[in-house]
Amino acid sequence: MFWKISLFIILAFVSIAGIAFPIVPVPHTWYEFPLIPGLKENAKIIFFHVPTAWLSSIAFLMSTLYSIKYLRKKNLDDDAKSYAAAQLGIIFCILATITGAVWAKFAWGSYWSWDPRQTSIFALLLIYGAWFALRSSIESEEKRATLSAVYSIIAFLTVPFFVFIMPRIMIGLHPGAESIEGGKVVQTASPVVNFKMNGNMLAIFFLSLIGFTILYFWMWTIGYKSILIKEKINKQSIQE
Amino acid sequence: MNTKAYALYKKDLYSELRTRYAINALVMFIIVAISVILFSIGNEKISQNLTSGLFWVVIFFSAMSGLARAFVSEEERGTSLTLHLIAAPSTIFSGKLLFNLILVFCMNIIIAILYAALFDSFVINNFALFVVSFILGNIGIAASSTIIAAIISKAGAKGTLYPVLSFPILLPLILTVVQLTLLSNQGANFGDAKFELAIVFCYDVIMLTGSYLLFDFVWKD
Repeated sequence: MFWKISLFIILAFVSIAGIAFPIVPVPHTWYEFPLIPGLKENAKIIFFHVPTAWLSSIAFLMSTLYSIKYLRKKNLDDDAKSYAAAQLGIIFCILATITGAVWAKFAWGSYWSWDPRQTSIFALLLIYGAWFALRSSIESEEKRATLSAVYSIIAFLTVPFFVFIMPRIMIGLHPGAESIEGGKVVQTASPVVNFKMNGNMLAIFFLSLIGFTILYFWMWTIGYKSILIKEKINKQSIQE
Repeated sequence: MNTKAYALYKKDLYSELRTRYAINALVMFIIVAISVILFSIGNEKISQNLTSGLFWVVIFFSAMSGLARAFVSEEERGTSLTLHLIAAPSTIFSGKLLFNLILVFCMNIIIAILYAALFDSFVINNFALFVVSFILGNIGIAASSTIIAAIISKAGAKGTLYPVLSFPILLPLILTVVQLTLLSNQGANFGDAKFELAIVFCYDVIMLTGSYLLFDFVWKD
């Protein structure tokens, strides 16, 4: 119970701080953010957009890990865990895509511009979609678990290409990609964190990441437990 | 193991040559796809960028219409249980992969010839680079689509599911080979394209290894 209350406090604080704290040219007190040239108020997206994108990839990783575990042990509980992770993953993936697209309209001028990160979140969305389409087309439980586990592992093999390679060869707008500055192609500061955030902005950013990650694990536990209970009830009703 | 895989490949080849099920449909598909593109272009002059993209669009959809046959036909005829008896999973995968490789190569050579003949802007200035990227790209397409074909042969709604499942897996490959085709059309040398070539090579190795490891689980059920 204690951690649920603290999670509520963290997320409430992050929401208030992320939306309401003012952005000023020279911050004096702890609740003022520095002005980032070219971004202004738009910079606040980082507290909400980055955690959703982070969680959609964490969910994909967990889904793959439980798929590998399923193929090793053939325990259907692992399949339920992988399924619950993917269900949350697609929700966060859609949220990341939409928040990113709306933000891009105001900051970059268009909803979608096939920046490498946008391409990879689009591919992730397609993978999730294909994975659910595959699952719904197979009736036998074991077969469904095996085939979807194999597919999620194969799909995971393409992740390094999207995460590490595409941003390096395509011109991009996100921090970390190659970009054009003054007519020359340069590599900007690599991870998202490196860019011009000051101490309190970083603290709230990481607090938001931690809060959302705990929220994800909580939702995931409830998700897979409910799947297991549903299967149990189905089996009981068949036996009766 | 190699002789068995080769025998399996020969079996597929003979049954294909007798019925000409895939070949006829594929050739017609290629002609239809290219003529649709030609009609929609009309008299416009299109850029090299667009041509090399459209080249791989036609290849992707032709592969999607033809390559699923390898495993789906076994399931339809009910012969997959016999295959279980005579050979190990990796042998079966090798045989099917070999057949799909040959099919992809024949199909893509036809597409390349038609493109060179029909599209004014499809001029290959660095032929060696084009051939290398073409070969690497074809191996990648064959490797990924063979394992996906094995997956969908066990699922329902096979025809519609195949491109849906394959596209995200093939996306990094297609993005890179489109770039490589563009470079070879512009006459770039190997030094300019070494990063893209390395990506395609890594993709091929990763997909081949991954599909060999995972095929056991798909095949045994």
